[in-house]
Amino acid sequence: MEQKIATREAYGNALAEFGSDPRIVVVDADLSKSTKTESFKKKYPDRFFNMGIAEGNMMAVAAGMATCGKIVFASSFAIFAALRACEQVRNSICYPALNVKIGATHAGISVGEDGASHQAIEDIAIMRSFPNMVVLSPADAVETKYAVKAAIDHEGPVYIRLGRLAVPVLFDEKDYKFELGKGITMVEGNDLTIIATGLMLQYALEASKRLAEEGISARVINIHTIKPIDRDLIVKAARETGAIVTVEEHTVMGGLGSAVAEVLVQNYPVPTRIIGIQDKFGKSGKPDRLLEMYGLTTENIVAKSLEVLKMKKQA
Amino acid sequence: MDKKKINELKKIATRVRKHIIEETYHAGAGHPGGSLSCTDILTVLYFHEMRVDPKNPHWKDRDRFVLSKGHCAPALYGVLAERGFFPVEDLVGFRSADSYLEGHPSMKMVPGVDMSTGSLGQGISAAVGMAMMGKLDKADYRVYAILGDGEIQEGQVWEALMAAAHYKLDNLVAFLDYNGLQIDGKITEVMSPEPVEEKFRAFGWKVLKIDAHDYEQIIDALNQAREIKGMPVMIIAKSIKGKGVSFMENSVSWHGTPPKKEHRDQAIAELDEYLAKLEVE
Repeated sequence: MEQKIATREAYGNALAEFGSDPRIVVVDADLSKSTKTESFKKKYPDRFFNMGIAEGNMMAVAAGMATCGKIVFASSFAIFAALRACEQVRNSICYPALNVKIGATHAGISVGEDGASHQAIEDIAIMRSFPNMVVLSPADAVETKYAVKAAIDHEGPVYIRLGRLAVPVLFDEKDYKFELGKGITMVEGNDLTIIATGLMLQYALEASKRLAEEGISARVINIHTIKPIDRDLIVKAARETGAIVTVEEHTVMGGLGSAVAEVLVQNYPVPTRIIGIQDKFGKSGKPDRLLEMYGLTTENIVAKSLEVLKMKKQA
Repeated sequence: MDKKKINELKKIATRVRKHIIEETYHAGAGHPGGSLSCTDILTVLYFHEMRVDPKNPHWKDRDRFVLSKGHCAPALYGVLAERGFFPVEDLVGFRSADSYLEGHPSMKMVPGVDMSTGSLGQGISAAVGMAMMGKLDKADYRVYAILGDGEIQEGQVWEALMAAAHYKLDNLVAFLDYNGLQIDGKITEVMSPEPVEEKFRAFGWKVLKIDAHDYEQIIDALNQAREIKGMPVMIIAKSIKGKGVSFMENSVSWHGTPPKKEHRDQAIAELDEYLAKLEVE
């Protein structure tokens, strides 16, 4: 059976692993057991600070800490980190370009049973609109570890989007390389390109297999850095395959699909479909059932792939 | 405290008040009233209390200051310029597109500014973060902040105060610039924060009360604050909005209105007159 690890789990482990760097300080808002910053806290209790259920204050405290030469990881659920504390992130962290890394767990509808109030589906859109902000959205545990490492090495604000749900480990650590701002071509293909981020990457890979069975060669690109987006890789895919499908566990407004579309319309427009949550809130339920209800499935990726292929042929 | 030193501080503060008038006059924008009310505190901080080096604004062992009521940037810039962080001549560029003197304090653009502020309630949180790191690093620098009395209507201020007491930040001193007025009127009429003294105490802060324009009281309070261990210190400083310019004093209409030519001329004349008086004292 394939190994499954939640990216939040990998985040906590990475903080504990890289935490030997004395510049690293971690703050949390009473969710350390859920965000997994507890792993860091156990190892480096002096450099862990619980700020209580006060996310706005936590973000501005993190900013003040960063002015003292620290690399500050501030964690909460994405709904509170990116939305409750939105303006603090903008004005106290991004505007002065401070070295704060936001580890936002429980992003997307795969949060499951907690329901719509706790499912951030707008965080990518909001975070990528702030100048100076880097937005990372790793697909599995291995990628998360190296995303954390990249965030430490990058001088300035970083938003790391993480999930609650255990997801398959897709990468082999031995040959994995994380390069900030560079997408990863997972599968080569000529007929169309599927561009995915986060936990949707596994479904994109599955969809490319199904398409291959029907004789369709689908390229699959993993975008772990939503901002800055890998413009060159996207334009190349458009030029070489002539059709694009994007897939994300996020609203279709302002997320990965929008970022890709911004590149395409200004450089190399091709038939495109954006798969994501269609302008509605999530709800309570089992994660897998919710993903199915909201069209975040292999079947939908296959269907939209056939659509863009048809459009491409008609063009 | 010797009279000569206090006279010297008053002269600096009067020059800063002139800068506030010139900055807001030239910008045709800005907040003179609240800038004038915190000028004496800022002058004592930068010319008596704080360990700073204008030649090395990022010196890691410096004392830190956060103007949580960021709209009073004209006062902070005036003091920083007088202290030598940047040329006094640059002040007239305040708020203009070709100047680095951003409308609200920007740590990336203005030498000597330790934290970008302007959105009320956030600066005090950043000051808490700085004081926490001072403790973590066992550094001996101190952190100072000025809050507006209207600003404490922001819930985040109370989150920050709670955290400062929780982490026993005796290296943190905040002033409440208590001039009693905010844009829409008297704070007690807009949204009363009273009783502030009891609230600060209940939030775990040592509270001192002073006249914001009495130099001996400001200095005394700062000396007392250094002796208080295990808790942060809030200095409630009763102030006069528009202090030092007769027609601006206690007038809410000068909160965010810049002086026109005739106002500017009158204000500068009054301040020059006061400066001349200080010269012969």
